[in-house]
Amino acid sequence: MVVFEKPKALTDAPLHYCPGCTHGIIHRLVAEAIDELGVEGKTVGVAPVGCAVMAYDYFACDMVEAAHGRAPAVATGLKRAMPENIIFTYQGDGDLASIGMAETVHAATRNENITIIFVNNAIYGMTGGQMAPTSLPGQVTQTSPYGRDTAVQGFPIKVSEMLSALDGPEYIERVAVNNVKNVKNAKKAILKAFKNQVEGKGFSLIEVVSSCPTNWGMTPSKALEWVEEKMIPYYPLGVYKDKSAEKKED
Amino acid sequence: MAKVSFKTDICKGCGLCVDACPKKIIALAKDKLNAKGHSPAIITDQDKCIGCAFCATMCPDCVITVEK
Repeated sequence: MVVFEKPKALTDAPLHYCPGCTHGIIHRLVAEAIDELGVEGKTVGVAPVGCAVMAYDYFACDMVEAAHGRAPAVATGLKRAMPENIIFTYQGDGDLASIGMAETVHAATRNENITIIFVNNAIYGMTGGQMAPTSLPGQVTQTSPYGRDTAVQGFPIKVSEMLSALDGPEYIERVAVNNVKNVKNAKKAILKAFKNQVEGKGFSLIEVVSSCPTNWGMTPSKALEWVEEKMIPYYPLGVYKDKSAEKKED
Repeated sequence: MAKVSFKTDICKGCGLCVDACPKKIIALAKDKLNAKGHSPAIITDQDKCIGCAFCATMCPDCVITVEK
């Protein structure tokens, strides 16, 4: 009996990501959710600009490439034109939390019935390791060589906390993929985010705290330790908003 | 009996499976390179595998298939 194999919603194309990059794990979790809900034939994904820019090669469903940061706006259009289809976006922190912040906040406050997978690795990966809106205070990057100084460069944006303050969104959760337990929790969260859309509940965003071994200048296992020691204390994991659960409690 | 198999040609040798294995029976092949130039992960003692699939859960490249 096969206990574990590659999900069908992923193509056979080898991933271009660096060794030990957790994008591959998150791709797989999204594909597993699509497989489990049996919606591959009617799913349309929206690829971002960033390391995951070639995600359209990896998912077996239809994919659209959005302009930088505009994935939630493209997804809004797709969902409104084709309400029967399942629409998800897959975005990094430079895409979603920087240039695409307006699109993200407005899609959330409109409670668009879409699913957003937000990969937060605290750095711009594809362009070579510049400071991102989510880089930690003191974090050394190409554009903050002495560490991010909050007096000059401000504080990191906590996307899950910020969006959960809005009345619109249905479901916001932050997960991580640094160990087996967290990957299993991340899988549950991503599955729920897709299920919410199938059930017509509205906007679901899963923030996945992940790593960037290449631009952090660490080995893949050291990078996952750094996620545990530095990232998770600053970006606490958990459910930030779940309107259906709140309604049940009332 | 549990069995793991590795598609060594797409392995990038990141070693996340090595860290995840509770039985410590996965290693990076020191004397082998795949077509991409990485030292791929291999299993050193198949009989000790318990089929937990922790290695496959942490593998970013879907290299590992686990059977039980």
